[in-house]
Amino acid sequence: MANNQLTEHGRLRHFLTIEGLKRPLLTEIMDRAEQFSGLGNRQVKKVPLLRGKTIINLFFENSTRTRSTFELAAKRLSADVMNFNISTSATAKGESLLDTLHNLEAMHTDMFVVRHNQSGAAEFIAQHVAPHVSVINAGDGCHAHPTQAMLDMFTIRRHKGQFADLRVAIVGDILHSRVARSQIQALATLGVGEIRVIGPQTLLPRDCQTMGVHVFHDLASGLEGVDVVIMLRLQLERMQGALLPSAREYYRCFGLTAEKLRHAKPDAIVMHPGPINRGVEIASAVADGPQSVILEQVTHGIAIRMAVMSMALGSQSDLQEAQS
Amino acid sequence: MKCVIQGGRVIDPASQLEADHAIYIADGKIVAITDTLDGFTADVTLDARGRIVCPGLVDLSARLREPGQEHTATIDSESRAASAGGITTLVVPPDTDPVIDTPAVVELIEDRAKKAGRVMVLTMGALTQQLDGELLAEMAALKQAGCVGVSNGLNAVKNTVVWRRALEYAATLDLTVFITAADGWLQRQGCIHEGTVSARLGLNGIPESAETIAVMRDLLLIEQTGVRAHFHNISSGRALSMIRDAQEKGLNITADVSAHHLHLCEHDLGNYDSFSHVMPPLRSIRDREQLQQGVRSGVIQAICSHHQPLDADAKLGPFAETQPGISGLETLLPLTLKLVEDDELDLRTALASLTCQPAAILGIEAGQLKVGATADICVIDTDAHYECQPNQFVSAGKNSPFAGWLFHYQPCYTLFQGKLVYQR
Repeated sequence: MANNQLTEHGRLRHFLTIEGLKRPLLTEIMDRAEQFSGLGNRQVKKVPLLRGKTIINLFFENSTRTRSTFELAAKRLSADVMNFNISTSATAKGESLLDTLHNLEAMHTDMFVVRHNQSGAAEFIAQHVAPHVSVINAGDGCHAHPTQAMLDMFTIRRHKGQFADLRVAIVGDILHSRVARSQIQALATLGVGEIRVIGPQTLLPRDCQTMGVHVFHDLASGLEGVDVVIMLRLQLERMQGALLPSAREYYRCFGLTAEKLRHAKPDAIVMHPGPINRGVEIASAVADGPQSVILEQVTHGIAIRMAVMSMALGSQSDLQEAQS
Repeated sequence: MKCVIQGGRVIDPASQLEADHAIYIADGKIVAITDTLDGFTADVTLDARGRIVCPGLVDLSARLREPGQEHTATIDSESRAASAGGITTLVVPPDTDPVIDTPAVVELIEDRAKKAGRVMVLTMGALTQQLDGELLAEMAALKQAGCVGVSNGLNAVKNTVVWRRALEYAATLDLTVFITAADGWLQRQGCIHEGTVSARLGLNGIPESAETIAVMRDLLLIEQTGVRAHFHNISSGRALSMIRDAQEKGLNITADVSAHHLHLCEHDLGNYDSFSHVMPPLRSIRDREQLQQGVRSGVIQAICSHHQPLDADAKLGPFAETQPGISGLETLLPLTLKLVEDDELDLRTALASLTCQPAAILGIEAGQLKVGATADICVIDTDAHYECQPNQFVSAGKNSPFAGWLFHYQPCYTLFQGKLVYQR
């Protein structure tokens, strides 16, 4: 299904979704990120891997953290980066997505990093770009956020060493979360022992057991004996759509407090893709507590994005060399 | 003009005729169905050896985009496509622009259809003014102008009081109400069937209950008002069983299904294939099987194209932003007869669901081969072996998910009122 993101040699051409990717490829991404992870501590924080390449951050939806880490990752790989500003873009003036894309492509772009509020938008763009252009999905609607999932896997591996015996709980708005979908696919591909999702029925996809998860509606029992707790951000507009009565009630039932966290294993780590809503999905004491690895996730995001970008553009270079 | 169709297998489900006969046509009417007719000198002789000769198809719902969206398609372009699909009668839903809620719009469509001269274009009148679900349309005037029924198109009437009164008023006028059953609130939240695929793709789902809640409500009001009603484009097995139960109770209701819902399901969306974006959405494999069973058992009487031609841009974009709809005129017959190939339907049931049964729903003299009837006829090549290529469609709409499908049945002649309007 998702193999249009691979070259005929099985190398990464685009990175649109975790679905359909094999474990060795995910492991390779993490291994390569490991090589980049010390770069930030050096005096010269750059490698010349993507020198001469042009990367455009095409963000149709607001983002600070993801866009910044993609930009930083590209710059650390020595690529030229342009941020496409949606508020002044031609799309806002009525130009179609495809016309915008082709115009930017005509500027000899090598890679688009795309964020869009519609599921499938990155896939759509990947289907229409020129053969030499790579597309990285930086989050599309409720569908996928594969680099976020990989930085989470990287963080888990660094703390737990392996995946096979782990029990992982994902808490909150699974229904609208592209992060959760990609995390579930990544965890399953990497062979995690048990994946749990915890939330009210209004925030869980129908038939979500078919994604290979165990469903819990009670936070305490869902956290029982888990090694990793991944909290999801709750969009406050969910109260408007009759999905939840109030943020206060959500916190009462599904907010992660120190007391609730005690149901997990003592060495469990707490993760969150950010930005966090303190007092809505997580208590400050937990977010800033000893088990929290939230800031590490941000740091790891740069290494993971460097890994993915270098792999995708590397395979494209191989392709061009083979063709020339 | 005099015409004879010779050597074919004549199949007319209306009269249960199935025999090798010639059909003799003069002045637009069938004058004989027999082996030979002494003294008949044909101007045109059509060779139908090894082919099926059946009534021209009757399609209960086909959007032609005129008036209002002539840049997408026209009555002329879609009439040609209908002829190429073996269709000789079709019904235009009222959601044109302007809406078919005045006799003037009915006359405009009829005039242009007559000028095109390839297919009988019938109109469905609006149930409420502007289809906005608030004020009743002038149904008596619409009936007098020639509308074969009334409908609110794809716009659900949310106000139950208005809905009940509309049904009562239509019953007063002995008009059939054509219903696309959908709970407006539940349907508008999504773009595909709510299930495993919506969960995986992160697309907002439309639950089956969007259809079943509306069907149940409508059945209760149909029973209360005594109106004759027809359910368009049923998509779920559960709605079908509700309709079956109501039919067994004696309610005067019928139903149709689109040819594409009999072949596709939610999994055909693949990686966001916008050509499979339709409304109501493609549902589960089980629903698809139950719909096929519904046609076999007679709960569903008609198979329709639910033709919605769209321009290329309408399908270019992220899935949820694309427009729903399939260009279906030219795949209606091959898709239906593919079910015969696959042993899901017998040939007579399949042809009945395309000819006499939809005609009976409309209460019109069409969809049958008998002496004295208008010569609307389709001759089908049963051994065509061709690949569906939407970019070759006669229709202005090339939006079809069936590209690359192999079909074996294809119209080779279409006669409308005794005139050869399509020849392959």
